[in-house]
Amino acid sequence: MNALKSHLLRLAPQIVVLIAVVLLISLAFPDFLTLQMQNGRIYGSLIDVLNRGAPVALLAIGMTIVIATRGIDLSVGAVMAICGAVAAASITSGHSLVYTLALALAVGMLCGLWNGILVAVLDIQPIIATLVLMVAGRGIAQLITEGAILTFNDAGLIFIGSGSFLGLPMPVVIWLVFGIAITLLVRRTALGMLVEALGINRRASTLSGVSTGVLLIAAYILSGLCAAIAGIIAAADIKGADANNAGLWLELDAILAVVVGGNSLLGGRFSIAASLLGAMIIQAINTGILLSGFPPEFNLIIKAAIIVLILVVQSPRVRDLLAWFGRSASREAAVKQEVK
Amino acid sequence: MTLKTALASATILAACMFGSASAADMTVGFSQIGSESGWRAAETTLTKQQAESRGIDLKFADAQQKQENQIKAIRSFIAQGVDAILVAPVVATGWDDVLTEAKDADIPVILLDRTVDAPDDLYLTAVTSDLVHEGNVAGKWLVETVAGKPCNVVELQGTTGSSPAIDRKKGFEQALSGHDNLKIVRSQTGDFTRTKGKEVMESFLKAENGGKDICALYAHNDDMAVGAIQAIKEAGLKPGTDILVVSIDAVPDIFQAMAAGEANATVELTPNMAGPAFDALAAYKKDGTVPPKWIQTESKLYTQKDDPMKVYEEKKGLGY
Repeated sequence: MNALKSHLLRLAPQIVVLIAVVLLISLAFPDFLTLQMQNGRIYGSLIDVLNRGAPVALLAIGMTIVIATRGIDLSVGAVMAICGAVAAASITSGHSLVYTLALALAVGMLCGLWNGILVAVLDIQPIIATLVLMVAGRGIAQLITEGAILTFNDAGLIFIGSGSFLGLPMPVVIWLVFGIAITLLVRRTALGMLVEALGINRRASTLSGVSTGVLLIAAYILSGLCAAIAGIIAAADIKGADANNAGLWLELDAILAVVVGGNSLLGGRFSIAASLLGAMIIQAINTGILLSGFPPEFNLIIKAAIIVLILVVQSPRVRDLLAWFGRSASREAAVKQEVK
Repeated sequence: MTLKTALASATILAACMFGSASAADMTVGFSQIGSESGWRAAETTLTKQQAESRGIDLKFADAQQKQENQIKAIRSFIAQGVDAILVAPVVATGWDDVLTEAKDADIPVILLDRTVDAPDDLYLTAVTSDLVHEGNVAGKWLVETVAGKPCNVVELQGTTGSSPAIDRKKGFEQALSGHDNLKIVRSQTGDFTRTKGKEVMESFLKAENGGKDICALYAHNDDMAVGAIQAIKEAGLKPGTDILVVSIDAVPDIFQAMAAGEANATVELTPNMAGPAFDALAAYKKDGTVPPKWIQTESKLYTQKDDPMKVYEEKKGLGY
């Protein structure tokens, strides 16, 4: 019970921000909160946020673990493009859906393995090691699709992008289930703690008997797997693999989601749930801007302004200041929480 | 340099000695930007086809999106003493020197698809489409189709600030001006991609009473329209009937959508820029007819009546 409470306190800033963003949008656009059933699925802007945020949410899961090891994975956007292209190429050449999915996921994990070996074995700095695949990956994807948008009509594969399960769009179901599964995996075992130890001090962890090399490689493989799932969803959503644009710049959104989730880029303590909330905050802002009807020239400015605001409010200095000026019990409780 | 000039002059001399070059025995160098999009791949395929059908020996150089590669390619074409050079310039500036070299070697240069910021005596002509006109053709089609009925239009713009987005928007608005029954109620960028086209259309549908208040969609390219069509279908409406769909580019996939009745019209950005270029070149070589400085390609309108499946079959092999 206590653990749950401390967990909720950890997530409090992200939950407050998400609610604030949603309220702000629904002030400008009252229909934002309306949900209705249509063709057996729930239909509404909130569902759009969950659905459109799926790729970034999935990337953020892997990115959280990689960042917790004090690394970073810039290649996820390109890996999305590769895996989407692999899936499209495989299904159009007549392979079964199971084979196609297995192949695309395997290719994603292979990309992760490559990054992991560069980082863990060759000891290359993660930002450089993953930059290699970020640049080359899109070229590989273009080779697979031969420069064109590779379209497909397989009902099974399309279902992953635009089907629904229990009224929810499939991408939402996938990222929720996957997020919960990975959280349980790292928190119900010692894995999460070992990752945190590795991120705080790799040498000390190695000396205390943690196989940091294997753990590090596994983190990048997980990131590759997340990118593969995101890539399959992105391709299935538009019934085609667009090597030029699939996942373009999404690595930055994923990193942003992790940061908005209050995770430190210096590694160590991490929370997957907070990163997922971060991804939803970003997508809520995106969807809100689209609904607002502002001219597109303002999109990026508005997004940047809101994100700067969120980061400022989250920054240690401002939180200290708030605690300093605040006398209310809740703030004191928050400070105590910080001290813990 | 002198050697190159000497070689070039020798070749020209040789060409003069063996009679005026007709199209049949011409050698033309073509410096292509690279393969950035399906449209450009189709342009390359069509240029090669056009050259082959006219018996022109085409020397092809892919610049992989780099201007220095294009300049190198043009210099090597000059050194080989080709009869003419086609360039699809990757950027607008920095061409003066190399174009002067070509002019000094008496080799006409024709610009394809994009223009350059250089004195216009440095090239023979530029073959490009008129982006404003494309938007205009799309707008006129919509004005005629709704025939005076009130119609709320939503617009999917290209990448913010890009010249196709600015010009295609301008042309469309020009066509709509004076027709108060047509109103652009929402306009947002879809970055020329299917994913963003779908996402933005979803938000348009939510914002406009579930799409019931939208009568037509204008997308700055076909890919965004294809994405938007999926969003319209998923919202339980019929694209092409409940919401008219008009877009620009004429890529193969939009013809499939038209054949299925889900898209209504598209304006072609023809990948056949080389055909008019070769025509102008042949006339110039034959009796020195100097073409106008700008040859505008046709912005042809395709609708569901134009046998979309047939056009799809023709286009799908071009490498789009």
